[in-house]
Amino acid sequence: MPPVLELQNARISYFTRAGEINVVPGVSFKLEQGEALGLVGESGCGKSTVAFSVMNYLSGVGRLTGGRILFEGQDMSKMSAEALRKIRGGRMAMVYQDPMSSLNPVMPVGRQLMEVPVIHQNASQAEARRRALEMLGEVNLPDPESVFDRYPHQLSGGQQQRVVIAMALMSEPSLLLMDEPTTGLDVTVEAAVLDLVARLRDKHNSSIVFISHNLGTVVRICDRIGVMYAGELVEEGAIGEVFRNPRHPYTRGLLDCIPVLGSSKTSSALAPIPGQMPPAINRPKGCIFASRCKYVEAARCTAGPIDTTSVPDEVGHRVQCVRSAELPPREPPKPSGEAIVSKGNKEEVLNVDHLQKFYRQSPSIFAGGKAYDVKALNDISMMAKRGMTLAIVGESGCGKSTFAKVLTGIEQSTGGKVVLDDEEIGTQPVERRADAIKRKLQMVFQNPDSTLNPSHSIGYIVERSLRRLKRLGRGQARAEARKLMETVKLPAEFVDRKPRQLSGGQKQRVAIARALAGDPEVVVADEPVSALDVSVQAAIVNLLIELQASRDTTLIFISHDLSVVRYLADRVAVMYLGKIVEFGNVEDVYLPPYHPYTEALLSAVPIPDPDLKQKRIILEGNLPSVRDVPAGCPFATRCPRKVGQICDDVPPPELTTATGHRIACHIPLAELQRVDPVISRAAE
Amino acid sequence: MAATAIDSKKPVGALLRLLKRIALLRESPVGMIGAALVLFWILVALLAPLISPYDPNENYMDDFANLGPSMVYWLGRDNQGRDILSRIIWGSRIVLTVGPIATFCAYLVGCSMGLLAGYYRGWIDVVISRISDIILSFPVIILYLIIISQFGPSALNIVLAVTFIASPQVSRIVRGLTLELRERDYVAAAKMRGESAIYIMLVEILPNARGPLIVDACLRMGYTTIAIGVLGFLGLGLPPPDPDWGGMVKDTYTMMSSSPYMSLFPCMAISSLVVGFNMLADGLREISLRD
Repeated sequence: MPPVLELQNARISYFTRAGEINVVPGVSFKLEQGEALGLVGESGCGKSTVAFSVMNYLSGVGRLTGGRILFEGQDMSKMSAEALRKIRGGRMAMVYQDPMSSLNPVMPVGRQLMEVPVIHQNASQAEARRRALEMLGEVNLPDPESVFDRYPHQLSGGQQQRVVIAMALMSEPSLLLMDEPTTGLDVTVEAAVLDLVARLRDKHNSSIVFISHNLGTVVRICDRIGVMYAGELVEEGAIGEVFRNPRHPYTRGLLDCIPVLGSSKTSSALAPIPGQMPPAINRPKGCIFASRCKYVEAARCTAGPIDTTSVPDEVGHRVQCVRSAELPPREPPKPSGEAIVSKGNKEEVLNVDHLQKFYRQSPSIFAGGKAYDVKALNDISMMAKRGMTLAIVGESGCGKSTFAKVLTGIEQSTGGKVVLDDEEIGTQPVERRADAIKRKLQMVFQNPDSTLNPSHSIGYIVERSLRRLKRLGRGQARAEARKLMETVKLPAEFVDRKPRQLSGGQKQRVAIARALAGDPEVVVADEPVSALDVSVQAAIVNLLIELQASRDTTLIFISHDLSVVRYLADRVAVMYLGKIVEFGNVEDVYLPPYHPYTEALLSAVPIPDPDLKQKRIILEGNLPSVRDVPAGCPFATRCPRKVGQICDDVPPPELTTATGHRIACHIPLAELQRVDPVISRAAE
Repeated sequence: MAATAIDSKKPVGALLRLLKRIALLRESPVGMIGAALVLFWILVALLAPLISPYDPNENYMDDFANLGPSMVYWLGRDNQGRDILSRIIWGSRIVLTVGPIATFCAYLVGCSMGLLAGYYRGWIDVVISRISDIILSFPVIILYLIIISQFGPSALNIVLAVTFIASPQVSRIVRGLTLELRERDYVAAAKMRGESAIYIMLVEILPNARGPLIVDACLRMGYTTIAIGVLGFLGLGLPPPDPDWGGMVKDTYTMMSSSPYMSLFPCMAISSLVVGFNMLADGLREISLRD
């Protein structure tokens, strides 16, 4: 029987005004029935292009310009449009990143599901309806009958993605292509969807091509992994072999720049890959990774095309590197020693005491109803010391960004106190804050594309901040701006560039320089690295740690990524629905006793290390609507360790340990302490 | 003080950007044709004293039986014996001064209204948007008639009328763009370093709205050209005898059956300029979508 999918030296190009751009020079791999292959790589590495070319769906500008793509032994490029139409959605299905754009917004989801059997299998309406309902149940959607008649916007993101997966599985495809199916989802929802995919895969014996930038998700789903770089499959093999014995320098680079849950800045280091991916239009003659590789050997690596060779003793492990056999065993990067700063008992810089932010929702003039409060922040208390990193973690809608807005004065608190150096700032809008406060507290934003004004030059952006915050003259500001550029490790010539001439990581560096202009005491960073590729992320995280150590700045680091938080933070606040459920030193929060929510979060984080064993706690249900947050514990509706009615009705007490670790839960501390750690090493 | 520092650098940068944008136009054939038409009329207006063969207001009474196009009068003469070519050439000056000035004024007022409404929202937005809605709810041509017949035909009044009528339309576009741009992180960053609202509106927001605004300004220049033509035709344009394309049509349309060329040529002048502006706008939109 031929493999389900086989790419034989597939060469893919895009045709633009600038001429042919060869984005994938030649990719070969095979996928057997029931096998799952993960394609990983940073943005622009061609992983989605490969998926679309398998579907023969490269839109008008892309084309397969060489090699063959065989689906069940048949050459896709020789098929008629009619034959392709039968295969797509029938024997081959695709799940995209954004479920909202894969679902028709004006059609109930059930009807959309029914289309699949009606079109592909000539099923009757009644039969199609029965199968659609069955499938909705199979993807763990509660109450399939009611979901059937709902429109996509009436479902949450996780539910939408389940519907899309249900649609893809309706026709029992032999090949399922998944392009970042969980990237837009919260980590607990992601875990549930991944769990579902793994279960359905066993049941239907489908072959999966799973595309992701997140190595951890691939470990959960796949048997084999393919690492792509600049359009080339540089390494491919069984998950365990590639992770334990990576033979390509790029694979090693990737592994070295992601923090694995459990590692911290004192126990390990992140090693970003230097340089940038070369543009596809200007491919070097030899190894495409040579310019960034630390093992490069001029003559052999850059002379000509690199062959793919097999790793001895490891079946199916292939590497595109001339030096793969000579590379020393991989050593995880060690901390340099500088990063370990003495964390003596520093003074308190920021104190948040019973902070509240309610948004009043007025009743509608026409529809009526009662006015109610949306409790975005409900009784938040925490404290940050000078030179320390306070991280705030939580899923979307937990109030972490609202907290940043109150700190920065974009929004005002409606109760409680935010004290910065003995001054109440929670009720002061940013326009009314004294210059001294503006200087003390600055912010780094999430989206590198909207953080810098595209109309201004980098120099102007940085100089303007220096002149406003430090009241420098123009000449002084210019000199100072160049120094700041150096501080954030950007070439000084960049001052003449426009933001669009910079990469995402470089933009984020400029944003950090801008925030540092007034020598702030506190920098609020709202997801500063989550829009960046992992190697860039590592570099920015390192920069933040370094700057913090040299300037004794307090960092308020807001993130949904528990691995980065574990790596970077000194103290952590875990938020859920506007409340802090757990707060303490980072070592304490990541080990028992856990709040049940923290435990579920930790168990959901995809870990890029097949040797780490993780407890599986799948949270069912959705976040409760903002209108009816439980009167008791906010987590009561989804908590796997719920005690009973008391959780719904009575706000939980705050349990405090000897080290100042706070947990808001009804379960006694002694019992929480008996819980096993979420992560353990398999070998031990 | 700070704002002037940027302004001193601005014109050069803006001009360079404009030149680059025009260079980009090469890739849009539609835009190139539009630019050529508009440029043609600008040159005609600039060189009017040099290229106009006759005095536009002089009545040439020789060979009065034969007013049609000839070797002497290329586009012929009108019923009063005035040379049509010269009148079109001189008439372009009116259109190309009153039009841009009026559009500019409409943009000045419209941008201010839109920025204030979009940036502050709340009651300021309500007041500005309702006033705009009221003005927009009147048929344009009736508004022109009321305003010009009330204040008398003159270049200044045309400018005022266009400003009054077009600025709510501009305000709407600018308001929409501002509502979106004010949520960008760089606006929050500007607030956090203590910038004034005026600075944020003019330096952080407005420059990033320029793409759609340049396209709209081009289209609006076309609309204004039509408006000036219509006003001239209705006798509400510039006072005679100065040549004005709309007025030329008005003076001669009664002769349409016997000597159609008399009104045809000024009509062609109007439409070529309007089409030129529209095609230029299309081209600009096309290239702005590309990058």
